[in-house]
Amino acid sequence: MFVTVLFALIFYVAIAIFVVGLGMRIVAYARAPAPLKIPTTPAPTTRAGVVRRMATEVFLFNSLFKANKWIWLFGILFHVGLALVLLRHLRYFLEPVPTWVVLIQPFGLYAAFAMVIGLVGLAIRRVAVERIRYISSPSDHLMLGLFLAIALTGLSMTYLWHTDISAVKLFFLGLPRFEFNPLPLQPMLLLHLLLVAGLMIIFPFSKLLHAPGVFFSPTRNQVDNPREKRHVAKVKWMVASERPAGNGDK
Amino acid sequence: MANFETPEIKDPAHIPALKPGAMGHSLPYVAQEKFQAPLGFPGELADDWKDVAIEKLGALLKTNRGLRVFMDSCVKCGACTDKCHYFLGTSDPRNMPVARQDLLRGVYRRYFTLPGKYFPKLVGATDLTEEVLDQWYSYFHQCSECRRCSVYCPYGIDTAEITMATREIMNAVGKGQKYSNEIIGKVFKIGNNLGLPQPALEDTLLGLEEDVKDDTGVDVRFPLDEKGAEVLVVTPSADFFAEPHVDGLIGYAKVFHAAGVSWTLSSHASEAANFGLFIGSPENMKAIAMRIREAALELGVKRIIFGECGHAWRVAYSFLNTLAGPFDFLDPRYPVPQHICEFTNDLIERGVLTLNKSANDHRRLTFHDSCNVARASRMGDTPGGQFTIPRAIIKAVCNHFYDMAPDTIGEATYCCGGGGGLLTDDLIELRVKGALPRMSALKEVVEDHGVTHMAAICAICKSQFAKVLPYYGFQMDQIVSVHQLVSDAIVLDGQH
Repeated sequence: MFVTVLFALIFYVAIAIFVVGLGMRIVAYARAPAPLKIPTTPAPTTRAGVVRRMATEVFLFNSLFKANKWIWLFGILFHVGLALVLLRHLRYFLEPVPTWVVLIQPFGLYAAFAMVIGLVGLAIRRVAVERIRYISSPSDHLMLGLFLAIALTGLSMTYLWHTDISAVKLFFLGLPRFEFNPLPLQPMLLLHLLLVAGLMIIFPFSKLLHAPGVFFSPTRNQVDNPREKRHVAKVKWMVASERPAGNGDK
Repeated sequence: MANFETPEIKDPAHIPALKPGAMGHSLPYVAQEKFQAPLGFPGELADDWKDVAIEKLGALLKTNRGLRVFMDSCVKCGACTDKCHYFLGTSDPRNMPVARQDLLRGVYRRYFTLPGKYFPKLVGATDLTEEVLDQWYSYFHQCSECRRCSVYCPYGIDTAEITMATREIMNAVGKGQKYSNEIIGKVFKIGNNLGLPQPALEDTLLGLEEDVKDDTGVDVRFPLDEKGAEVLVVTPSADFFAEPHVDGLIGYAKVFHAAGVSWTLSSHASEAANFGLFIGSPENMKAIAMRIREAALELGVKRIIFGECGHAWRVAYSFLNTLAGPFDFLDPRYPVPQHICEFTNDLIERGVLTLNKSANDHRRLTFHDSCNVARASRMGDTPGGQFTIPRAIIKAVCNHFYDMAPDTIGEATYCCGGGGGLLTDDLIELRVKGALPRMSALKEVVEDHGVTHMAAICAICKSQFAKVLPYYGFQMDQIVSVHQLVSDAIVLDGQH
């Protein structure tokens, strides 16, 4: 019971830090004005075009594809794998399990391997490619290690040491109602959960902020229409010296 | 002067092995107080410079969403590491865009993020020291703000924005760059980058009228400060006398003459360039931009057209409406502002100009897309018009045109190596080395297609190439203005 309560507390804290921390970052991004039009051109000239551009960035990593095919390949394997694995995990948090979650279940299993291949590829490049080694901090290596450890502990429960998954599900379903249903005392499970909680805690303070960041990137989300529509943002240097039009000015 | 070796021409995208510190000695002259004061910057480093710098960074983070997001978003994926012409030309790893950004990001992390405060080593956070400031000064003056890296970044991180912010911080603590700040001072005092006063400008333009008359027998006018003209032309001051720029100016004049559209230059706004962009100072950028509005109002023009200048076109196209608008006193049938290439191309499409393409048969052309035009602006109605319109003009006035390799033009174009406030002799080593990818791409079309000339629509590109082409075994006059080609091909009524 001690372990169950401890993990319940860890997850309350992790979720709170994740939600509040990420929320504060997103508010900070949204609040900072974009004083000038700086889309990287050629850029779409309409809002709908920007949505399309953003979609190709978020779902296909379009710019990365132009940059480097290896990073793109490993990056997309990892991210698509992670996305499917996360969606598959919804079955442990939702009752009843939605049909579409049931349907992606088989893909979700393969996705874990895609994720691992992507992570290993990225980790090897980070060490083996001189340029990328040069720009890496310890945290960059550790981040890949953290994801890899999460993936491997997860896979170990699928293929080596099964855990009582319905008990795990009862544990998580109980959390919102402050009911502490016993968590199976399986080392791999506890390690897996601990690492995931750790990931949630560091998320708002780390480079994982690229996930919300990309949506706020002015070089990607601005419409290329500065001549047609005057772009005005409330910044001091703009407003302070703003002079009305057409009255001689000098 | 040349105590460095010109790099060997290779494949344009050849990635060199890293040589840490290879360009750490590259430093432009620091601005003295007399060049700092007119821009509102302190003249030298004060005792509390660190606090001022951190405070300035904090203020910028609150007022510039791009900087805010770019500081957090980088995942060190490495996509940008082989994209900078200065890295390709110098092998210095600090010239990899992400490594350049990290010079500021390390300080950001140290003072503005939790992990940087408590675990600096873990996340690559650094204290702001005099040594870091010196690195900033060196390496943020090895970025031409060309935005090539921003094309390839999966989050659109634009190193240009980070360079501009850091230069703004350096100016705020009294460590400005002489070249850019002295020039901005001249714009405020005299009206243009070259410090050419009104009488000298008038003389020059009269001289050009005589030259064109001798050449063609036609009275082509170069009007200055003429009230009631239809079009205000704002062009880089290099167009008034430097080669090959001035041949471009003659081209504009002939085009206006042939179209029968009245135009004028302004001595108040006798400069298209806006170096406020380079130093990341919106206040100065705005003050420089306001001269154009003032000139347009004073002269009572209906349209504004910009001459061939790369970063000026960025400021004009992307920022002018924001900085000095709204322009509701101008003719609403035309975009404000227009590029001279848009104007000329429209006339060509409508068949207004009489062109003799064979006049350019002694040249085999290629076209260098200037970075600010390519990646920070547009021409015409559709995305990518900035690539098609200048080429359409060249193809309309020349019989022989060959593009350089696709990954060296268009949005992937390499900077000339002299943009972003680096076009100064104290940075000649950097300029020569930074031109390597473009020179390599040029060499390919010279060998494959017998290309003899490279055309450009940017005053900085033209000056830079005129200087560095000889280092690579080319001739300085192999760089030409696009409107120089138009000038040579256009046939005016009554021309002998």
